[in-house]
Amino acid sequence: MSSLRQIAFYGKGGIGKSTTSQNTLAALAELGHRILIVGCDPKADSTRLILHAKAQDTILSLAAAAGSVEDLEIEEVMKIGFKDIKCVESGGPEPGVGCAGRGVITSINFLEENGAYEDIDYVSYDVLGDVVCGGFAMPIRENKAQEIYIVMSGEMMAMYAANNISKGILKYANSGGVRLGGLVCNERQTDKELELAEAMAKKLGTELIYFVPRDNIVQHAELRRMTVLEYAPESQQAQHYRNLANKIHNNAGKGIIPTPITMDELEDMLMEHGIMKPVDESVVGKTASELAVEMA
Amino acid sequence: MTQNAEHVLDHFDLFRGPEYQQMLANKKKMFENPRDPAEVERVREWAKTPEYREKNFAREALTVNPAKACQPLGAVFAAVGFESTIPFVHGSQGCVAYYRSHFSRHFKEPSSCVSSSMTEDAAVFGGLNNMIDGLANTYNMYKPKMIAVSTTCMAEVIGDDLNAFIKTAKEKGSVPEEYDVPFAHTPAFVGSHVTGYDNVMKGILEHFWDGKAGTAPKLERQPNESINFIGGFDGYTVGNLREIKRLLGLMGVEHTILGDNSDVWDTPTDGEFRMYDGGTTLEEAANAVHAKATISMQEFCTEKTLGLAAAHGQEVVAFNHPVGVAATDRFLMEIARITGKGIPEELARERGRLVDAVADSSAHIHGKKFAIYGDPDLCLGLAAFLLELGAEPTHVLATNGSKAWAEKVQALFDSSPFGKDCHVYPGKDLWHMRSLLFTEPVDFLIGNTYGKYLERDTGTPLIRIGFPIFDRHHHHRYPVWGYQGAMNVLVWILDRIFDEIDRNTNVPAKTDYSFDIIR
Repeated sequence: MSSLRQIAFYGKGGIGKSTTSQNTLAALAELGHRILIVGCDPKADSTRLILHAKAQDTILSLAAAAGSVEDLEIEEVMKIGFKDIKCVESGGPEPGVGCAGRGVITSINFLEENGAYEDIDYVSYDVLGDVVCGGFAMPIRENKAQEIYIVMSGEMMAMYAANNISKGILKYANSGGVRLGGLVCNERQTDKELELAEAMAKKLGTELIYFVPRDNIVQHAELRRMTVLEYAPESQQAQHYRNLANKIHNNAGKGIIPTPITMDELEDMLMEHGIMKPVDESVVGKTASELAVEMA
Repeated sequence: MTQNAEHVLDHFDLFRGPEYQQMLANKKKMFENPRDPAEVERVREWAKTPEYREKNFAREALTVNPAKACQPLGAVFAAVGFESTIPFVHGSQGCVAYYRSHFSRHFKEPSSCVSSSMTEDAAVFGGLNNMIDGLANTYNMYKPKMIAVSTTCMAEVIGDDLNAFIKTAKEKGSVPEEYDVPFAHTPAFVGSHVTGYDNVMKGILEHFWDGKAGTAPKLERQPNESINFIGGFDGYTVGNLREIKRLLGLMGVEHTILGDNSDVWDTPTDGEFRMYDGGTTLEEAANAVHAKATISMQEFCTEKTLGLAAAHGQEVVAFNHPVGVAATDRFLMEIARITGKGIPEELARERGRLVDAVADSSAHIHGKKFAIYGDPDLCLGLAAFLLELGAEPTHVLATNGSKAWAEKVQALFDSSPFGKDCHVYPGKDLWHMRSLLFTEPVDFLIGNTYGKYLERDTGTPLIRIGFPIFDRHHHHRYPVWGYQGAMNVLVWILDRIFDEIDRNTNVPAKTDYSFDIIR
C-alpha cells in the first residue's frame, strides 16, 4: 500500500480536465503502471475515452437501483479499459437536486472498503470545477491524493478557479499531507497564454509543469471516444501527453503548499499582462446617459 | 369524577372520567375525520390476510418501524466504555438529545454526551468553528481524559473532515497537542447503530495503535499472553460484561475489556454524581495492541475492528451473541484454547445446573414456535438457544441484517431438525413482522419494547429481550452470556409461557380445571 501514489486533477468545468487527465493516465499506463481512475463529477465523463463508452454506469446510479451502496459489489462498478486501466465513476444526482458532494464521499468510502485500491500503482481522481463544498474536497483529505494537479488555461475564469482550488488545498495542506503538484495549461490560444500561466504558477508558489499545445487531433480522437495515445500513438500530441506523464511521475513528493492570492492581486496580474484594462473608478455605476451628461 | 388537591387521580383513571371521554369523543368527531367503523374494521381484517402480506413484502420505497437505530447511537455506546471519556458528536443538539434519552430510558442512568451544536450557519460554512469551540468547552467544563468524536447526518452531508478539523482545533489551542481526541465518521444514514459501534471502536484503537493521527510513533506490537474482549452493542452490557469478568477471572485469564461501559451505566446512588465511572483505561487501550488475540462477542458489530486487530497480527475470534449450553461451551473452549488455561470445576458445575434446568422445563418449551427480531448477532444467539431447547425460531428478522447474516442464520436452521420450517428475513421491518405474525402465527414473540404494539395487534405474547427495553426495569443488570446468563433467558421465556398457560385456564367453572398450582 505504501507505494500507492494518489493524485487528483482539479480545474474549471470545460477546461479539458478529463481529456488531459485521461490522455496523461493512458501514457502512464503505457509505462506499465497499474491505474485506477475515480471520476468525481456528476456528469460521469471522466472515463469515456479509456472505455470507449458514452458514459459509464456510476456507483451512485447502481446503488440507487440496488437500494443502497451496501448492496453493490465492486465488480459491478469497476470497468476495465485501454491498457487495463480500471475505471469507476462516482456519478451523482441530476442538476438541481440532491447533493453531489456527498456522492463523492459515499463513492470513495465504498471503493476503499471494498478493496478497489489493492494491486494498483496510481489512483487518479478527476474532480469538477471549483471545490464548492466539503464533499468535493474528499480526494484531498488525509491519506487520499498526495498531489493535486490543476488544469487551467489563459482565460481569466480558469485562473480564478485555479486560485480557488489552491485555497481549498491550503486549508487541508496545513493539517494534512496534500500538496499542489503544479499547473497544467491546456492551450486555448488566448493572448500571452504561456506567459500568463507561468506568472500564475509563480504567484501560487508552484510551477507550470506542462503546457499542452492545442491540436485538433485531440478532437478527432474524442469523436471516436479514444485517447490520442490510443488513436494516434505516433502523433506529436501523444508525445506531449507522454512528456506530461513523465513530469507527473517524477514529481512525486515535490508538491508544495500553495499561496493563493486575493481577487485584487489576480486582477492586477491580468492588468500587468495587458489582459484586462485598468478600471476607471469614476465611471463605475454610471449609466450611459449620466456619462453623456458628464462628457458634455 | 373530578380531582382536587386532596384527591389527585392518576392519568390511567383521570381520562376515563365522563368529562374527558366526552371531550375525546368530540375531538374525534370534529377534528379527526372519523371513518365508518365498519370500514375501519374491514381494513383491519384485510391487513391480516395473506393477500395483504404479499403486498406488504413487495414494498420497495417505504420502511415502517425499522428495528434498528442510527450509527451515532452506537458511536456513543462504544465511546463511554473508555475511562473518563466523553462522546463528542459533531452535529446538531437534537441528535445528541436522542442518544442521551435513549440510553437513559433503557439503563435508567444519566448518559453524558456533548454536541458541537451545529446550526444553519455551520451547515453553510462548515463546522470547523463549532469543532474548535466545542472541543475547548468540553475539555474545560467536563474535564474528560479523552474526547471521542463522531458525526451525524448534517456534518457528513456537508463533508466535514474530522481529521483536519481536530488538527486545526489543536493548533488553535482548543485542547493540548498531545491530548487524545480519537474520531470516526459515523453518518447516520449509512448502516445502523452496530456499524457506528464498529467505526468508533476501530477509530479509538487505531488512534492509540497507529500513531494518534500522525502525532506519535506507531506502536510496535510485542505479543503477550493477554487477550482483548469486545462485547459489541448490547442492551445487557452491564450484566454481561460483569459476568465475562467473573468467567475470565475464574479461569485466570489475563484480559482487557475494550469498551467497558458496565460501570458508567450502573452507578451507585451514594451522594456522589459520577459523570464518568469505570471503563477501559487509555493505557489499557494502547497496550491492547500487544494482545495475543481479540475476541468479539458480536461478529456483525465488529467487522472493521476485528480487521484492524488481524492486521496487527492478532488472532481474531468472533461469536454471535452466544446464549445457551453449546454456545457457552464453544466460547469457553476457545478461550481455553487461546490462553492455554483450563476451565475450572466451578464452571462445569454451572453448566450442569443449566442443563438440569433445561431438562426440568423441557416439556413446556419443546416444539413451541417463536418469532425473533433484533440485532443480527442477538438474533443468531437466541435462535441457536431456542433450537437447543427444541423450540422453533420460526421467523428471525433483523432490519440491519445483511445477506451474509441471513446465510449464517439459514446454516443454523439447517443444522437442527427444529429449524426445518424456520425462515430468516434480512432487511425487513416490524410491519413485515406484523404480517408474518398474522399469516404464520407463532406462540411467542421475542423482541424489544417496541414489540408491545405487535403483541397488542396480533395477540402474540412478547418476551422482552433486546435493546431498547424502556417499559420494564433493570433487566440490563442481568447477564445473558455464560451458563448463568442462559439461565436468565430460560427463566424469562418460561415465565411468559406459564403466564400464558394461567391466562388461558383462569375462567371459573369453564377452563379452570387446568388452573393449577403446579406447573
